[in-house]
Amino acid sequence: MITALAGKRVVICAGAGGVGKTTTAAAVALGLAADGARVAVVTIDPARRLANALGLDSLENEPLRVDAHRLAGHGVEVSGELWAMTLDPKRTFDELIAHLAPDEQSARDVLDNRIYAQLSGAVAGSQEYTAMAKLYELARDGRFDVVVLDTPPSRNALDFLDAPDRLAGFLEGRALRAFLAPTGLAARVVGRGTSVVLGALSRVTGVELLDDLSAFFGSLGGLLAGFSERVAGVKQLLTDPATTFLIVASPQREPVEEAIYFGEKLRAAGMPFGGLIVNRVHDHTRGHLPALRAPLAAKVVAAAAEMDSLAQRDAAAIARLQLALAADVVAVVPHLAGSVHDIDGLAAVRRHLFCG
Amino acid sequence: MPDLLDRDLVVVTGKGGVGKSTVAAALGVAAARRGLRVVVVEVGARSDTLRLLQGSAVDHVSVTPRDAMEEYLQDQLPRAVAELLSRSGTFSAFVEATPGMNELLTIGKVWELAAPRRRLPGAQPYDVVVLDAPASGHGLALLGAPRTFSDAARVGPIHRQAGLIGATLGDPSLTAVVAVALPEETPVNETLELRLALRERMGLELALVVVNGVAADRFDGGEAAELAALGAPAGSPVAAALWAHARARGQRGQMRRLRAGLDHPPVRLPFLAAGIDAAAIGRFADRLKRAL
Repeated sequence: MITALAGKRVVICAGAGGVGKTTTAAAVALGLAADGARVAVVTIDPARRLANALGLDSLENEPLRVDAHRLAGHGVEVSGELWAMTLDPKRTFDELIAHLAPDEQSARDVLDNRIYAQLSGAVAGSQEYTAMAKLYELARDGRFDVVVLDTPPSRNALDFLDAPDRLAGFLEGRALRAFLAPTGLAARVVGRGTSVVLGALSRVTGVELLDDLSAFFGSLGGLLAGFSERVAGVKQLLTDPATTFLIVASPQREPVEEAIYFGEKLRAAGMPFGGLIVNRVHDHTRGHLPALRAPLAAKVVAAAAEMDSLAQRDAAAIARLQLALAADVVAVVPHLAGSVHDIDGLAAVRRHLFCG
Repeated sequence: MPDLLDRDLVVVTGKGGVGKSTVAAALGVAAARRGLRVVVVEVGARSDTLRLLQGSAVDHVSVTPRDAMEEYLQDQLPRAVAELLSRSGTFSAFVEATPGMNELLTIGKVWELAAPRRRLPGAQPYDVVVLDAPASGHGLALLGAPRTFSDAARVGPIHRQAGLIGATLGDPSLTAVVAVALPEETPVNETLELRLALRERMGLELALVVVNGVAADRFDGGEAAELAALGAPAGSPVAAALWAHARARGQRGQMRRLRAGLDHPPVRLPFLAAGIDAAAIGRFADRLKRAL
């Protein structure tokens, strides 16, 4: 895994929900920091215990440095710097608006707009948009050598790849603005036809909602150039040679299929695939059964048989993943019986990722 | 309170990867065995439950915002006008530009499927619709979209439509929310958070919590100590037994934590090393039926 990450400035961990993306992202960041890099990891929704362990429970929406002594207490020597944060989508959005607005009044107009206030917090995809925005911001910030991103717990990892375009669609209101503006492009080009279309649109949406949206897009006017630039920047960042995607999977049916699908989409989009991480892998048992009382021996045999059947399933899943993704770099993390939601757990995962 | 399967809509949600589709399929099969006309609905062109429903009398529908949008226009407008609006791309531009509109259209289609009188011409009503919803955060956004829109659009057709859908979703005699979890740290946290968020934002209580993947613990404390004392090397059969015991013990701790945060005990479904197929879904349906 180390070679796949050499020289990378952005590492994005992607995969289906429940495969251990957050832990993997944190362990990758820990490993890179241990090797001397200044690393920031952005997590989306860490387990509370992991958050406490890393100091991720801060509400700053900015990376905070993880105390090296705290890590050293668990036998992890970090010669670089580990910074960590949990993404606050609503706040990231508000900050983006404030940052891109030409002046304070324009920012207020957007932030106080009814539609924005009602809808910005409720957008299902807001984690995807905002994770991208934060990634871009931190990648350009000179404080970090590497930014590691945990992707949102989307049912479809693809939402994440589409995020820049959807961000553009959402914020620019592209086609719709043209229709709504009194002197809009559509009115000029289509002429009379437009009024029929607009009439039909207002019949199904209501004039008031269209007016409110129109006011919202109007208030965004001064920010649009900045948004377009930002979207172009994010797209460029995703295809940059110094960016890499790690696909995280567990050896079950759905995560495997999703990982393969995601890998194909990455390739089609020209985005760099850096390696495959398979979590929760079981290993075949080896060796003989010691002399035990018959009932206990039978139970041990049953437990070992279950382990072997899982190991067989996992080996088949890994072979399928490796073939389908043409993955040269594969890291396998065993299914740890204990919790991985503390620094000891992270250190254990890191050993498998970096020393395996 | 009516039985889970007596409601119009049963929404199954939970953290990603916890086996929501398994539970949705099993609830569908349980309803079909009761003689109910039932459909399992997935959103966003997914069909995870299709394989699990093979050989059952359960219908399956995958709702995409695109189809939901076309159908909404056909329902609201004269045919020619609906087609004009659809062809011009104006409505899809409106949907694309309006945050949360995709979710509203999607849940609107689910609501249409669950309605006692279907709006779709010629469509027969279902006794119960089981929604295999997206993971908690997205699932809540989906459920909350009608309420958001009936507030955001103060008047007009979207306001009215959203109000109707929201009224069904917010009525516990019509809609039940089922949370699915695993006996692990994050899924348990997310279930407890979902319970609070559901209450706060929708005024709904979880109708049922199902825990998937509960492993059998073959060993008692004494046996485990006996095995540990052997000092067996990693990878040996005894180490596998101790690993299974440690995992089961961890799961028990998580189950206790979950139980402490709920009003009713969750239903447990066993871990199956061989994976889950249509036959396993049949057994899970029995298990759920006994719990309902």
